[in-house]
Amino acid sequence: MATLCGRGAAPPPPRPLQAPPPRPAPPSAAGAGAGGQDTMFARGLKRKCADSEEDGEGALAAFRAAPSYSLQRQSLLDMSLVKLQLCHMLVEPNLCRSVLIANTVRQIQEEMTQDGTWRVMAPQTAGQAPLDRLVSTEILCRSAREVEPPGPGSGDGHALDLVSELSTAPSAQAPRSPQSSVWEVDSPRESRGGFPKSLDQIFETLENKGPGSVEELFSDVDSPYYNLDTVLTGMVGSAKSSHGDALEALASAAAPPPSSSCKDLGELDHVVEILVET
Amino acid sequence: DIISTVEFNHTGELLATGDKGGRVVIFQREQESKNQVHRRGEYNVYSTFQSHEPEFDYLKSLEIEEKINKIRWLPQQNAAYFLLSTNDKTVKLWKVSERDKRPEGYNLKDEEGRLRDPATITTLRVPVLRPMDLMVEATPRRVFANAHTYHINSISVNSDYETYMSADDLRINLWNFEITNQSFNIVDIKPANMEELTEVITAAEFHPHHCNTFVYSSSKGTIRLCDMRASALCDRHTKFFEEPEDPSNRSFFSEIISSISDVKFSHSGRYIMTRDYLTVKVWDLNMENRPIETYQVHDYLRSKLCSLYENDCIFDKFECVWNGSDSVIMTGSYNNFFRMFDRNTKRDVTLEASRENSKPRAILKPRKVCVGGKRRKDEISVDSLDFSKKILHTAWHPSENIIAVAATNNLYIFQDKVN
Repeated sequence: MATLCGRGAAPPPPRPLQAPPPRPAPPSAAGAGAGGQDTMFARGLKRKCADSEEDGEGALAAFRAAPSYSLQRQSLLDMSLVKLQLCHMLVEPNLCRSVLIANTVRQIQEEMTQDGTWRVMAPQTAGQAPLDRLVSTEILCRSAREVEPPGPGSGDGHALDLVSELSTAPSAQAPRSPQSSVWEVDSPRESRGGFPKSLDQIFETLENKGPGSVEELFSDVDSPYYNLDTVLTGMVGSAKSSHGDALEALASAAAPPPSSSCKDLGELDHVVEILVET
Repeated sequence: DIISTVEFNHTGELLATGDKGGRVVIFQREQESKNQVHRRGEYNVYSTFQSHEPEFDYLKSLEIEEKINKIRWLPQQNAAYFLLSTNDKTVKLWKVSERDKRPEGYNLKDEEGRLRDPATITTLRVPVLRPMDLMVEATPRRVFANAHTYHINSISVNSDYETYMSADDLRINLWNFEITNQSFNIVDIKPANMEELTEVITAAEFHPHHCNTFVYSSSKGTIRLCDMRASALCDRHTKFFEEPEDPSNRSFFSEIISSISDVKFSHSGRYIMTRDYLTVKVWDLNMENRPIETYQVHDYLRSKLCSLYENDCIFDKFECVWNGSDSVIMTGSYNNFFRMFDRNTKRDVTLEASRENSKPRAILKPRKVCVGGKRRKDEISVDSLDFSKKILHTAWHPSENIIAVAATNNLYIFQDKVN
């Protein structure tokens, strides 16, 4: 929790930081001169009890009005969600990076919940806890895969290596207004409509697709939330063996039939195994 | 191609590099000749081979990169050299050996290897070994595959020289060099419900002398030391190293910058060094609650964390190394800068690995980053740093002051200046 005034105390109202207004869209920033592009978050996003922050060199001249902390926080949330969506899926995404971004998103969400600025839009599937849906990056990754055809930049599969490649990815997502958050109700932005709609489309798509690829198998499963593992690192392989060989565990074909609510990856393993062997 | 790992062998005679294309290039130090005392042994290419090829996982519809994540040498036990190289999924044991003689004078085959007609053989002779041009050949001796669901980030050879470990994001496996179809899982932090995943393993290493002890670091900035004698599955650590958070520096990026990208035991085995995004820390194994030394690598980036998060640089994984006597530590930074910290004198230096700024045999000039105010002539301002030029991989010769620095697709080798 990014609260500096101590845990347990009522969080102070968001204070304007000495920083310029945030940019609405993730910029196509160049790698070099990142400092020059850093018009937001002069010192990283913090909540302080007292505005004792020094401004960066020449920063005062660039500021017009101190924007609200929640606006900056919203931008960070949007940026993080975009990052989680960049699952080009040609190469398996970096799990460490995804976990760190997801943790950041969770932090922001927790703080927003405390502030009372967090409100969950009516979910398509009832009973989903907002926290779990946040972690459902699977939805976000699927949206990149199924709803929008991969852009030209997705072919290289190494979008994370160089900044220039990263800058093309947000523009590929631009038609879907990636900066909109489906969960933010009081966002001032107008282009929000695109995102929830595509989320609806995702759910429809998942339910209507007939059995075919391995992935659809999991959409049929009546589980309230998706397995992070299936998204980020694929569906197969992690046998629940504490010792011994993962390979041996996979090879053993003594698999029970899949239950309708198989959330555990071990059971999904068996399901996939059966599919493959038939 | 982009160099992805650099490693000296145990004598420092060989230097191996792995690259993004799955190739391994080994350099050998030339023998110092008595005639040219002033010319120290330089490293020349000794062997090049393709270690890993790109693969396609049909089940997941994903490519498996051939990029070499780590190379670790085995101590030399005979005339051949052995090293482990790994990509995201598969570890391979390579044997690099020299051949400078070849047999000649076979009875049943002619010189090209074709079979001779037995009717034409009228006499018998004993084949003899004749000298030939030196040939260095690399052969894969073992392939350790199919044991990792997640991406392998570390391999470490045990001091017993019989076993080694491989670590991915959630699991660590123990292997015997002779056995490729089995490995023991010794650490498993995968939660039963992947939704609860908040922490991954980022690096792991065996203790240099105690074959039962190893450490692994996490994305939350913690290090766990485990003793394999305690239990078969080392999910419960023996020691837990974590520094309490500094509340004055708290931000949404605190966790990300605390994620440890590399952990290394000192040669003595008494200390461990960890690298997170902004600092290098030295820990005493006997004190778990905080490091004994903390060195700022590029603290001027602290105010730029949001931009660095935006362009993903905040996720860069820098490595760190000890010198042979554990008195100096080194790590990389941006703009092709790398930093050295002397633990005894507490002095530090920033150097640059670039062609423009260093000619062969020129002495490296210390560099300085200007943080604010007036910039002096030789200084470079934070905003002018090139974040695409990052030095993630460096290596230090085990006994001499020779360092290898990988700057994207160039390898630099620096030595102490000769008096």
